[in-house]
Amino acid sequence: MRLDEAIRQRSEGTAFVPYIMAGDDGLDSLIPTIERLEAMGATAIELGIPFSDPVADGPVIEAAGMRALEHGVTLTDVLDRLIEGTGRFSVPIVLMTYLNPVFRFGVERFFERAAASGVSGVIIPDLPFEESLDLFAGIDRHEVAVVPLVTLTSSQARIDTILDQAEGFVYAVTLKGTTGKTDVFPEELLDHLRSLTERSPVPVLAGFGVHRADQVRTLGAACDGVVVGSFIVEALHAGRVQDVAALIASARTVNAKK
Amino acid sequence: MYTQPVNGKFGPYGGKYIPETLMQAVEELEVAYEEAKQDPEFQVRFNDLLSEYVGRETPLYYAENMSRRLGTNVYLKREDLNHTGAHKINNTIGQALLAKRMGKRKVVAETGAGQHGVATATVCALLNLECTIFMGEVDVERQELNVFRMELLGATVVPVKSGSRTLKDAVNEALRYWVKHVDDTHYVMGSVLGPHPFPTMVRDFQSVIGTETRRQVLEKTGRLPDAVVACVGGGSNAMGMFYPFLNDETVALYGVEAAGSGVDTDKHAATLTKGEVGVLHGSLMYVLQDAAGQIQEAHSISAGLDYPGVGPEHSFLKDIERVRYAAVTDEDALAACMTLSRQEGIIPALESSHALAYAETLAKTMDADDVLVICLSGRGDKDVHTIRERVTQ
Repeated sequence: MRLDEAIRQRSEGTAFVPYIMAGDDGLDSLIPTIERLEAMGATAIELGIPFSDPVADGPVIEAAGMRALEHGVTLTDVLDRLIEGTGRFSVPIVLMTYLNPVFRFGVERFFERAAASGVSGVIIPDLPFEESLDLFAGIDRHEVAVVPLVTLTSSQARIDTILDQAEGFVYAVTLKGTTGKTDVFPEELLDHLRSLTERSPVPVLAGFGVHRADQVRTLGAACDGVVVGSFIVEALHAGRVQDVAALIASARTVNAKK
Repeated sequence: MYTQPVNGKFGPYGGKYIPETLMQAVEELEVAYEEAKQDPEFQVRFNDLLSEYVGRETPLYYAENMSRRLGTNVYLKREDLNHTGAHKINNTIGQALLAKRMGKRKVVAETGAGQHGVATATVCALLNLECTIFMGEVDVERQELNVFRMELLGATVVPVKSGSRTLKDAVNEALRYWVKHVDDTHYVMGSVLGPHPFPTMVRDFQSVIGTETRRQVLEKTGRLPDAVVACVGGGSNAMGMFYPFLNDETVALYGVEAAGSGVDTDKHAATLTKGEVGVLHGSLMYVLQDAAGQIQEAHSISAGLDYPGVGPEHSFLKDIERVRYAAVTDEDALAACMTLSRQEGIIPALESSHALAYAETLAKTMDADDVLVICLSGRGDKDVHTIRERVTQ
């Protein structure tokens, strides 16, 4: 099933996509963590690949990436573990990786192996769509969706072009900044999300900064769901599994606008 | 014939590999820069500051003692005589004027040794821009006087505690800051790095070095040089020096990287010699990386060359073999620094000393009436501490 269809089908209330850093605490816990998040009701899982220079990320995810790198985690290892875990979960996996590990791995080989590992989509935060057109020209992407990001600084013209070609879902960045918890979103955010959701052919998920149930409800009601990163990474690292379960559960109580 | 890049790409290199939040700002910058280039008023103001404030043009100095010793004619392009002591200010003046033109009130920049930070803070003081400089914690410790200099000039210096706590991490943090403050802030990139249009723009601002040199060498010798040598970290002094010579096919161009403890050790910054193509800080270029695509730390005695990437245009010039790139160890650079100090009475920056060291080797292949130009990109006052530590070891 395509990622956009899977997200629509699996959302109760509003979609909830937790982000985890692959290999934070080592790779042995990867599949069990995915299973656990699926059992809690995650719509899809965003799986971060560690990178030495994560410029789009704030301190929590950067630190998790550094821990994973200390465990020696590579893109190859993560894909191998996903293959081993085949059949143990059905929640869609979306990789979040900076471009260089993919580039080094080989773009063509990346899509082939990602598809073989059951990956549904990929988010590359340092690859704007113009560059992706060049980089992916003539490459078989094996139905792995390339999820675009839209931000509050994207011009209307860029948004139109991005929405036109959007696959999987649209990652609507909620703030001007890096990943990490916030208590204040920009004023214009809700209108921005509603407008995107109206125009987008695929689900629109809001991410960056989300960490409270009321935020999940407010943002989730203005679009198709939320992505939560730093909060999840921090809670899992500290063993606060119940906090994760509670936040995911909050998505189910959202009155979906559709 | 060397051709201009198309869409910010030098062959495959360059591009705009940046978070979506920055795309609008980078595109605005591209437009603003194209307009400024065509605007005579902007050019007059830029050139006026270069001459009256920076003290250009810098001399092309015939190094008599060195020439005699090496058996060929050696000229030094004296970028060390610029205000703030290096070529860096050519670029910061250009970018600060551009920031003003775009209505930005604040600038952010990264710095390694502190030279680019000082040059940025200086221009911000002059043009009344609020200035924030990110500097790796390790570099803050190594270069505390430069930190104080920046603060004296009114800048805020933020120590970076993430990653390797050096230049590459300072760039990461400056980029993150820019993402947060993109509405009113311009990022003053310090070298021919980053997303388009930075590599082109910084090269253009620095090409005053090569333009002056080309004219000066013609005036002094009646002909073009046989060889031009410059050091390469990110590569801005080299790009500025080489660019006006790219179509002079008889002029051999040499870029000299830092080999640190040696290119066969794991402590070097010889990106073009030992690196592989990858993406870092917005640009496709040669980078030092491991098999999994993780960026590796660079090592050099000279903080200004201590960066694991190299400008996309250099990456291209290497591939098309227009410029030859070599690497010089810490030890050889240090020796060249001492030699120039004693023989010409000029203490060169450790960065520039890499070019000087390579010129020693190159001179052996040159004839008595050949002309060799070396870009003396900066003065060595900032390095005396490091030099003293090394020689007393």
